Amino acid sequence: MAAAACSFEATETMKELREAFESGKTRSVEWRRSQLKALLKMAEFHENDILDALRSDLSKPELESLLQEIGMMRASCKVALKELARWMAPEKVNTTMATFPSSGEIVPEPLGVVLVISAWNYPFMLSLDPLIGAIAAGNAVVLKPSEISPATSSVLAKLLGQYMDCSAVKVIEGGVPETTLLLEQKWDKIFYTGNGRVGRIVMAAAAKHLTPVVLELGGKSPVIVDSNTNLKVMEEITCIYFLKVTVRRIIAGKWGCNSGQACVSPDYVITTKKFAPELVHALKSELEIFYGKDPVTSVDLSRIVNSNHFQRLSKLLEEDKVSSKIVYGGQKDINNLKIAPTILLDVPDDSLIMNEEIFGPLLPIITVDKVEDSFKILKPKEKPLAAYLFTNDKKLKEDFISNVSAGGLVVNDTTMHLAEHSLPFGGVGESGIGAYHGKFSFDAFSHKKAVLLRSFAADLTARYPPYTPQKQKFLKALLSGSLLAILRALLGWDK
Amino acid sequence: MKKSLEEEWGELRETFNSGKTNEQSWRRSQLKGLLNLLKEKEEDIFEALEKDLGKHKVEAYRDEVGPLIKSVNYILENLKQWMSSKQAKLPLAAFPSKAELVPEPLGVVLVLSSWNFPFGLSLEPVIGAIAAGNAVVLKPSELSPASSAVLADLIPKYLDNKAIKVIEGGSSVGEQLLELKWDKILFTGSAKVGRIVMSAAVKHLTPVVLELGGKCPTIVDSFSSSRDKEIALNRILSAKFGACAGQACIGVDYIITEKKYAATLVELLKNTLLSMFGENPKETRNISRIINEKNFFRLKSLLDEQSVKDSIVQGGSFDEANLFVEPTILLDPPLDATIMTEEIFGPLLPIITVEKIEDSIQFIKSRPKPLAIYAFTKNEAFKKRLQSETTSGSIVFNDTIIQYAVDTLPFGGVGESGMGRYHGKFSFDTFSHEKVVARRSFLTDFWFRYPPWTEQKLQLFRLVYVFNYLGIVLNLLGLKRS
Repeated sequence: MAAAACSFEATETMKELREAFESGKTRSVEWRRSQLKALLKMAEFHENDILDALRSDLSKPELESLLQEIGMMRASCKVALKELARWMAPEKVNTTMATFPSSGEIVPEPLGVVLVISAWNYPFMLSLDPLIGAIAAGNAVVLKPSEISPATSSVLAKLLGQYMDCSAVKVIEGGVPETTLLLEQKWDKIFYTGNGRVGRIVMAAAAKHLTPVVLELGGKSPVIVDSNTNLKVMEEITCIYFLKVTVRRIIAGKWGCNSGQACVSPDYVITTKKFAPELVHALKSELEIFYGKDPVTSVDLSRIVNSNHFQRLSKLLEEDKVSSKIVYGGQKDINNLKIAPTILLDVPDDSLIMNEEIFGPLLPIITVDKVEDSFKILKPKEKPLAAYLFTNDKKLKEDFISNVSAGGLVVNDTTMHLAEHSLPFGGVGESGIGAYHGKFSFDAFSHKKAVLLRSFAADLTARYPPYTPQKQKFLKALLSGSLLAILRALLGWDK
Repeated sequence: MKKSLEEEWGELRETFNSGKTNEQSWRRSQLKGLLNLLKEKEEDIFEALEKDLGKHKVEAYRDEVGPLIKSVNYILENLKQWMSSKQAKLPLAAFPSKAELVPEPLGVVLVLSSWNFPFGLSLEPVIGAIAAGNAVVLKPSELSPASSAVLADLIPKYLDNKAIKVIEGGSSVGEQLLELKWDKILFTGSAKVGRIVMSAAVKHLTPVVLELGGKCPTIVDSFSSSRDKEIALNRILSAKFGACAGQACIGVDYIITEKKYAATLVELLKNTLLSMFGENPKETRNISRIINEKNFFRLKSLLDEQSVKDSIVQGGSFDEANLFVEPTILLDPPLDATIMTEEIFGPLLPIITVEKIEDSIQFIKSRPKPLAIYAFTKNEAFKKRLQSETTSGSIVFNDTIIQYAVDTLPFGGVGESGMGRYHGKFSFDTFSHEKVVARRSFLTDFWFRYPPWTEQKLQLFRLVYVFNYLGIVLNLLGLKRS
């Protein structure tokens, strides 16, 4: 029954979108600008509706919603509006002697009709950021928000329906059946944010239609914390200051990002055995300053999104060899789906918590003898979306950059690289395929067409049959790019 | 004892993990090794192409060896610059942070090549993979066995065989290779196999570049100048019959021209054919063979239908013993015949006529996106419309195929004709991961980043996000209210 209703919607939807795209309207600058401006208006006038939805779905603290979701979305929109003309402009390229006379350029074009499948943790931002890219690039687009954040999904459907050109920008709500049906259609690109398991399902469906994909996945983003005891100047005071800042930034990236339910949240920490107690102590004191003595009741922390994930995270803590390693936190409130910021020390490598992306407010700390040993630990693991290092040691920084592969690396902070629109945001290996943000969003949804303009002014007869040894000599010289060689071939001085 | 595929793969992983392929000196030495191979073993390459395809050595040089040498030199010239990190511009609000984009190799990559340009389409991707610092497996096509054997023999002699391996074999070897974990796969071939490759890549979330094909239309507008005519015809015919006998992904598949010009065009084509290949094209040995019997009979069957047969205006003969197909021209075969719905990949050239030349735009748009569109015209308005209203991997005005040799233009398809691109720096990029590295200082720390949250912190953030620096200062001084 439900399937039949879906069927109808999917094929009719595709037809309408294709017609809208073929009409050429989404290609015009005016249309793109009007849609982007409409998004800005929507975010401005309906801020409260959006905040309510995020509160309902995640109990997300208002400041996080305003900054990380609405604020970032508005910044993204503004950048697109500001840069659109520049992004759309063809790029001239140099051509060489081999094709003289000619001129070449690379021209961005929309791909056509694209699909954006969003996630539940930043349901507003992760829906609209790719949408902004798709529209800026001139495509017609379907957005499928996550059903796990139903209030936001509903608000997006309602608001986009009101503010956008519905013949070319649509929201289709639903769960697995709707998504499956959408994935059966022929898209010109699919942009998916979520986990590796579903990412594979998306890519497999895309393969049937030779649809290119962007997969923004996740992984276990490690934070390596150096003790910084090799500082010479003002040693003790500086060390304390650095430790304080380090710990604040880790907390902000972990619990300050949706209670750790973020793809780039620090997943676990690696530090030296010697330094671990100091680090744990510093974390505890800052956590208390941030969230009070009873963090489970703090309004400045998101809740766990649903009972499935709550059970999942509880299981991670309950594993025998893990539960004894809790050094802070561990409190749970099942009625409000809250789990307190929890720190664990030296959990075994084969524990569940160290073998799946945590995506929650649990922070294991792994210890090593020397901080350099961290790289050996990371090497055999899958490439994460992000990796972080806190240190003042120049060599350690350089070793980190050359030895650790991830979507992005940050030295002395966490997660802030997402806010920079001039930096591509995406994974590598298990953490994903492709990237976006800023111009990278525009590029992700464009085809860069090569254009070559040749004239009849000069013609290289050596290219054509009948083939002769002289022609071969000349072609050789021409392709070598050497003017001298060309002259010699022309004059017949070649051997 | 011969190693298993897993063992070969394992050796490549080890080599890559050792960091050797990441060194610029290693990359340069390998690229220079390839240059030596191409220069010293030219004759071996020509001989193999002659065996596999009856390809004339001038064609072989023009289309395979020459462009490869050009590509290697281009990369050697630019490698240092491409390998260096790029500073990213950050706004003042992010001060004092710095960010850069650092290219790194992906790891161990797989190149699956094709039979029509067995050297070019094998080594062009391999060049890119090496330049980007990866370890590589090349699987040449088994349908061009002489070329495959030469590659398998020469590559280990000229290149580091702990990092670059040639694995020969057919589809079963291909399937086995696709089971392994690659950090990227570049495939050149048909859309059908492209789907299989991408589906296999799903297992390990391997990103892919698929260089596929399609029907590349060639629009021919009427010409006033006879010189222009001659040049246009040379370029069209050499891109059909002179490019592996039409067995080329960016070759001319079919022509579109105005009804009123068709008769003239047919005559011009016939004359140019004659001057290029003489009365007896087979004797000139300037046209390649069809690769094998399967494709020979496939081409033959394209002319089976009576209505298609009736549209032949030139050629139409088939020499099974020599796998030679005579250059054949057809005028307006039915649009639903196989010859007009599938990529021809052979020396059969249909001419489709339209009322006005502008009608070609809708004709092309209603069909799958091709790898290339060629248009011979001096009509500026038409050029503009064609370029903006159609989409294709590339579009070339007044020439054919030559975009392949331009290092600064990306080479790749869109839709059914493929995904991803390479050549020049695009090769380097396609085999690299552009890693973001952001550095922050401990010197300043925006205390308003952290909970507990207050109204003032919110205000400050609102100002930061719109880069209102004055507002930030005023707020901090207590002078600004919301």
